[in-house]
Amino acid sequence: MSSDHNDEGRRDFLMVAAGSFAAVGAAGALWPLVDQMNPDASAKALASIEVDLSPIKEGQAVTVMWRGKPVFIRKRTAEEIKQAVSADTTDMRDPQVDGDRAKKPEWLVLIGICTHLGCIPRGQSTGDVHGDFGGWFCPCHGSHYDTSGRIRKGPAPTNLEVPPYAFISDTKIKIG
Amino acid sequence: MSDHSSSYVPSNGFTRWLDERLPIIRLMYDSFIVFPTPRNLNYLWTFGGILTFCLVAQIITGIVIAMHFVPHGDHAFASVEHLMRDVNWGDLIRYTHAVGASMFFAAAYIHLFRGLYYGSYKSPREIIWIFGVVILLLMIITAFMGYSLVWGQMSFWAVTVITNLFTAIPIVGEGITQWIWGGYSVGDPTLNRLFSLHYLFPFIIAALVGLHIWALHVVGSNNPTGVEVKSKTDTIPFFPFYVIKDGFMVVVFMLLFSWFVFYAPNYLGHSDNFIEANPLQTPPHIVPEWYFLPFYAILRAIPDKLFGVIAMVAAIVVLFVIPWLDTSKIKSVSKRPLFMPFFWLFVITCFALGYLGAKAPEGYFLIASQLFTAYYFIFFIIIMPVIGLIETPKELPDSITEAVEGQSGKEGASS
Repeated sequence: MSSDHNDEGRRDFLMVAAGSFAAVGAAGALWPLVDQMNPDASAKALASIEVDLSPIKEGQAVTVMWRGKPVFIRKRTAEEIKQAVSADTTDMRDPQVDGDRAKKPEWLVLIGICTHLGCIPRGQSTGDVHGDFGGWFCPCHGSHYDTSGRIRKGPAPTNLEVPPYAFISDTKIKIG
Repeated sequence: MSDHSSSYVPSNGFTRWLDERLPIIRLMYDSFIVFPTPRNLNYLWTFGGILTFCLVAQIITGIVIAMHFVPHGDHAFASVEHLMRDVNWGDLIRYTHAVGASMFFAAAYIHLFRGLYYGSYKSPREIIWIFGVVILLLMIITAFMGYSLVWGQMSFWAVTVITNLFTAIPIVGEGITQWIWGGYSVGDPTLNRLFSLHYLFPFIIAALVGLHIWALHVVGSNNPTGVEVKSKTDTIPFFPFYVIKDGFMVVVFMLLFSWFVFYAPNYLGHSDNFIEANPLQTPPHIVPEWYFLPFYAILRAIPDKLFGVIAMVAAIVVLFVIPWLDTSKIKSVSKRPLFMPFFWLFVITCFALGYLGAKAPEGYFLIASQLFTAYYFIFFIIIMPVIGLIETPKELPDSITEAVEGQSGKEGASS
């Protein structure tokens, strides 16, 4: 009789062990099928670019591509810097002072993608609409960004993102 | 019905041999020839057949288009134009596929509202309804992926906006979005996987349609009175009566379909999709295809990214639970005088949201879309449970036969 009970316990153990082993195996087989969709080596290889700033005049802006995304580089005028620095951050949705967003006051580097749903805001050319705060305006759902790229009005939840970048020299930056 | 015994008799040696091994002819005979169907179904019940036609038409034209389409960011747009201009009958085949998507949704929405009006989601048809909602959800995803493959400006930016919805998920949103993209923005890997899945999903839909019809054939069709079948006189065989009725409406439907294909193939599309995708320039006004506009209006009615996304998803998910939200046992809205005005207000709400989805979300348009979005959810979450408890429905006929033949038939019998 007691040996029967022992057998039951052993069978349960074997069932659980076999089931667990199969589950681990299935998960292990599934992972490559899921992970293959992540950004591949060729996408990661394009992770950094260098940009020469010397041709950009004050008040001008250029757009460069980094990781398939547009990056806005703007040489701000004294007036724009003043607006960005003096703006009151207390009632902003994503409060941030201008000094935390620009490494050098005259150069503003931003990822040019609206943080709402990924459209490209307008305001790079002088003829564009710049929105109510003199920076950028997203035409898709009406987000207004100021001269520091901060969200001031509209549905976007956060400021335009500042990509990782560094000044290699006075007129050259490396993004990424 | 599942409990009726089969009346199929194999007619020759081969079918007898086959019937003992794989009774597939018996299954078809029982399901589509002698199947007892309520005798009082109106033309709104023909949309199941119309939808089957739409699915088959989309799959056939789609397989042909895939022979010419190149799922690569540099070539997709050109390959679509190549199909339109160079391939024999290519323009006809592509327009049939593109217009077909619109016709598919038009028929699906009529089918859905028919189910809502006649209470086809109520016991014992909850499973049929749930499979229907799953099919609708897959249709939405499939149509969206198909539209993206054209790789025009509207395709590209629609993919950008919709995949960015996933960034609203806290913490893991960014990672999920890059996983969907296969990069750091919408690009060639994204297009390729959308093509792969766009080819797969219609076959999953076809399988689910099989389950939808299976579940339907277990409990039988609902009917305009909402009174269940009680006797043999309440039903007629599916063939020839409903085969003819469905077939007639499929032909009428094809007339409308053909009018669009031949006379206004681009009427339901957007002109910006004739411009090749440009990741550096967003079109001034992004609008989805007409069949997504009510959901798009709900997304934009809420001025918060995460809650907007939640509301849009909830607008579809709520359909899964309405068999339990509706507390009324009476199926047909025509027998529910208190509920009826709220039902028609809901229909108007869906049209209004469709109109507002195409407008910029500003000023009065924004306020209107917020009001209609509120009613959309109030209808399901408050009105459906409450009215069912407080209303006094109209008297139901004793049977389908009585509803069709009326009191006169009864009197004739008694006199």
